[in-house]
Order: sequence, then structure tokens, then C-alpha cells
Amino acid sequence: MSELTLFLVRIAYLAILWIFVLSAISVIRSDMFGARVPAPAAPGKQPKPPKTSSPRRGQPTQVAVVQGVNTGITADLSQAPILIGRGNDAAIRLDDDYVSTRHARIVSSGGQWYVEDLGSTNGTYLGSQRLTQPVPVGLGSQIRIGKTIVELRK
Amino acid sequence: MSANSALMGFVHRRRRGAELFLLILALVVGIGAYAAVGLGVDGEVPTNLLGYGGWLAILVVGAHVAVRLVAPYADPVLLPVVAALNGLGLAIIHRIDLARDTGLASQQLTWMTLGVALFIGTLIALPDHRLLARFTYTSGLAAIVLLILPMIPGLGTSINGAKIWISLGPFSFQPGEVAKLLLVITFAGYLVVHRDALALAGRRVVFVDLPRGRDLGPILMMWVVSLGILVLQRDLGSSLLFFGLFLIMLYVATERPGWLVVGGLLFFGGATVAFRIFAHVQNRVDIWLDPFADPNGNGYQLVQALYGFAWGGLVGRGLGEGMPQRVPYVESDFILAAIGEELGLTAVIAVLLLYGLVVERALRAALISRDGFGKLVATGLAAVFALQVFVVVGGVTRLIPLTGLTTPFLSYGGSSLVANWVIVAILLRISDQARRPLPDLTADADDPDEQATQVVKVVPR
Repeated sequence: MSELTLFLVRIAYLAILWIFVLSAISVIRSDMFGARVPAPAAPGKQPKPPKTSSPRRGQPTQVAVVQGVNTGITADLSQAPILIGRGNDAAIRLDDDYVSTRHARIVSSGGQWYVEDLGSTNGTYLGSQRLTQPVPVGLGSQIRIGKTIVELRK
Repeated sequence: MSANSALMGFVHRRRRGAELFLLILALVVGIGAYAAVGLGVDGEVPTNLLGYGGWLAILVVGAHVAVRLVAPYADPVLLPVVAALNGLGLAIIHRIDLARDTGLASQQLTWMTLGVALFIGTLIALPDHRLLARFTYTSGLAAIVLLILPMIPGLGTSINGAKIWISLGPFSFQPGEVAKLLLVITFAGYLVVHRDALALAGRRVVFVDLPRGRDLGPILMMWVVSLGILVLQRDLGSSLLFFGLFLIMLYVATERPGWLVVGGLLFFGGATVAFRIFAHVQNRVDIWLDPFADPNGNGYQLVQALYGFAWGGLVGRGLGEGMPQRVPYVESDFILAAIGEELGLTAVIAVLLLYGLVVERALRAALISRDGFGKLVATGLAAVFALQVFVVVGGVTRLIPLTGLTTPFLSYGGSSLVANWVIVAILLRISDQARRPLPDLTADADDPDEQATQVVKVVPR
């Protein structure tokens, strides 16, 4: 084994070592901004309609205002997510001064219904609990929004 | 929460392909070193290169498949980096074997196999790192028991003046290596519950907020006991490691810089006392200050290591062409001296960068982790790595007085290698949980319980 060959082996090995280090760093570099924005909601939501067409027994089918100025208004849960607020685009439009324009929404995930506060001024309450994150709701749970109370019904 | 993640607008990618690519490069690093050692020592490629490389590849690919299956979002860089360090360490130990006619490399390969098996086992058995929080006090007790074990007569063995080994039949085992992992879990589990009380309740003395005794008491006792045991066992390196670990975790949990001041003062106080009381500490400091005072006696090891670094220079002598075997314990504590001699500064910097990457990835997992316990465990494990590398590399290069610790993944030593593989498995688990996208509330799934909560789930995926 000649001196030159050994020298080349040594340099080649150091090169491999550094190629490894640099590729590891480049993987990290892509990780810095490597989080990508999830694909816009549209394509992922295709399989949705078939499911909502067959509500299971014991599952709520509509949401109703049971107390407040707008008592009696209902909205069909098959149109979920259901927006609640004072705005014109809300599925349940409330004329309650204590309600924000886009106040809360009711969404479904995994067969379970959730109520989620959308950063309202006066908050959304389940019992005495102010919501800070989506919380599962069942039949008859009373969701307090301003001076209004809504609940899920069959 | 889905709204949050959508607003923040990103999801981490799995990057398993990148991990596989890096792992192949890591294999080239490990097997290439093995081949280069054969070329340098015997002038030919070692005959068992295929068998050796095949075995290494099986281990690495096994670990990769396990990660792919049970921790698909785990960090893509950690596993390749530790695989490369382990492969390089094996080749260097093999090179020292050839010079000394010993068989340490094959033993190390056995330990690596056990380590990878435990790595896979940990990933499978631990679907969520938050399960570890249940064992806060259990693991603290286990750590203390493990640390005491070597002091039991008959079970403990004293090797090189430190009573840190226990012998079980033909195997000897260093319980302290496992204890550091258990202590991280204990500290994290305790601090995550009591961090607010520690940070806010209490009196202010001079410029440091002292917490109440009942908040700090249990953890302080834990730590004093483990540190006391280590001091009695004369295990300087591990004492330093545990002290630093405790301080860093306390600082991170309470966000009070005052702890660093208190810790620094305590450290210098403790170091002065240790210097006064223990002859071996004085000895280490004397060697550090002037290794050439007794180059053939006390200072021999350090002086030879320094000669090695100097002789190696920028690109080293070449694998198999130096004389690293003249440094005592070159296969364990001083393995960096062998790398410096045969591969030079270029490789030493690469190795240090790799350690830096491990620490960076661990801290990154801590940053993006969504629960306090995971953050603290990842920080603690990063601190363990960083301190260990700093203490041992600083000692070998005469930056600080030498205290015995193993270089993670490089050094010969079964208990250390196995414990470090388990640590990496836990880090991967934390990063997997942290990088995993939040359950999407608008998505449909038929099982109502599947995505209902973010609470600890027993089954992943």
C-alpha cells in the first residue's frame, strides 16, 4: 500500500465525514422553514357529504336557541360547521348585544360534536366554564353565548 | 386548537426519507472507517468487512424501520448522527484492538446490538413520553438505589479507584449511566408540577427569589443524596454532570436567572471544598495546571494525549498509522485523542459538530414540544449530552481538569452505550409527539373517541 494511496484514503474519509455533517445540517436547514402550510381545506374535505347524510341514532341533528331574544331559531347540523354570531354569514344569527359578529362555531370530528370559541369578546360558556379550546358537546348540553343559550337536539 | 395550528399555518413533515438518506451516509462513515483501519494497519480491506458492515446495516435499518412504524414524525437527524458516532467509535476501538491485540470492538458491537434493541423496545413500549410522568418518584427511588448498588460489598467492584461498577456474573455494569436518565425524569416530573410554586412563592434574599422549603425540599434532598453518593464513590465526572443537570433544569423550569448565580457560587464553593478534602482532586488539578511536571508519571496520560493531538495536526496521521495505543484508556475516556491523532483536527471538529447537532435537536424538540413535561425531559437530556461532552472533551484537551466520563456513543463502555441509545429513543419519542400535527377537528373519523382529546393516549397513530 503506497503512501499516496493511504493519503488519498485519509482525505476521502475526512471528506465523507464532512459530507455527512453537512447533509445533516442541510436537512435541519430545510426543517427551519420546513414546516409547510397544509393544503387548502378544499381537497381534503371531499369525503364529507356521504357521512352527514346518515346520522346515527342518538346523535344530534340540529342546534336550537332555547333561551334569549332569538329563542326558537334552529339550524340543521348537516350544514356543519355551524357559525354562531351577530354577523350576516352566521348560520344562527343572534340579535344579542353581548354576542360577537363571529362568536363561536359547532364542528364535528370523529362523530363527536365540538363547540369552539372564535375569539369572542364575552366568551362562550359550557356550564360555568369559559371555553379556551374546542370542547365536546352532547345532546342537551347548554352552551351560553352572551345572554343566549343554545343546545344540540335530535 | 385546529384553528390555532391552521393559523400558525404549519405542519411538520415526516422526513423519513431524509432520515434514511442520512443513515446510509452514516453507515458509509462507520464502515468506511472500518475499511480505512484495515487498509492502514494491514494494507488490505478487512476480510470480514461484509459481515461487519452487514450487521451494522441491519442494526441501523432495524432502528429506522422501527422509527418509521411507531414514531413517524420523529426528528430525522438524531438517529443518523448517533449511528455515525457509534460507527466511528467502533472503528476506532477496532483500530486500538489491532494495536493491542484485544477484542473490545466485538464486545462493543454486542453492546450496540443490545442498545439498538432497547432503542426499538423503548419506542414500542412508550407510545407517549407523558406516560413517564407517572413514574416521577418511582424513577427517583430507582436512581438512588442504582447509585447505592456499587457500594454494597460483594456486588460493587472498584475499577481504577472509582466504586461505580457492579458485577453480575461475567458482565460489569455502571448503574450511574442509567441513573442519569431516571434523574432527568424525576426532576422533570417534579418541576413541571411545582414550577409555579417554585418560581412565585417564597422570599427574596438579596437578588435571588428563594422558594419555600416545602416546594424545593423533596427535589433538593433527592439531589443531595445522589450527589453525596457520587462523591463518596469518588466519581467526579458524574457528580459534575448531576450538579449541572439539576441547575439547568431548575433554571429552565422556573425561568429565574438567579439560580445560575446561586448554582455558580455553590459550584465554586463545592469545588474548593473538594479540592481541600480530596487528594485525587488536587492531583487532577495539578496535572491540569502543569501536565509536563511529571510527564512519565501522573501526567503521562494527558501528555501523551496532547502529543497525539499535536502529531495528528490538521488532517491526522491516517487511520492505522498513528500510535494511539500508548495513551492509557484511549478506548474509553481518551477516545477523542485517538481521533485527533489519526484523523486530525478536521475530524475532531466534525465529531464536536455532531454532538452539537444532537444537543440542538434535543433542544429543538423541547422548544416545539407542547407539554411542560416533554420540554423539561428533552432539555434535561440535552443538558446531559452537552455537559458530558464538555466535561470529557474539555478534560482530554486540557481546557478543564480531567474528570472521568465516557464520550457518548464513541467510547468503549456497554452501560453508557445502552443508556445513551435509550435516551435517544426517548428524545425521538418527544420530538415525534411535538412534530405530530394536532388532531384536525374538521376531519371525519368513524370512531368517536379516536381524536376526542389531547390527553395521553395508550395507542399511538
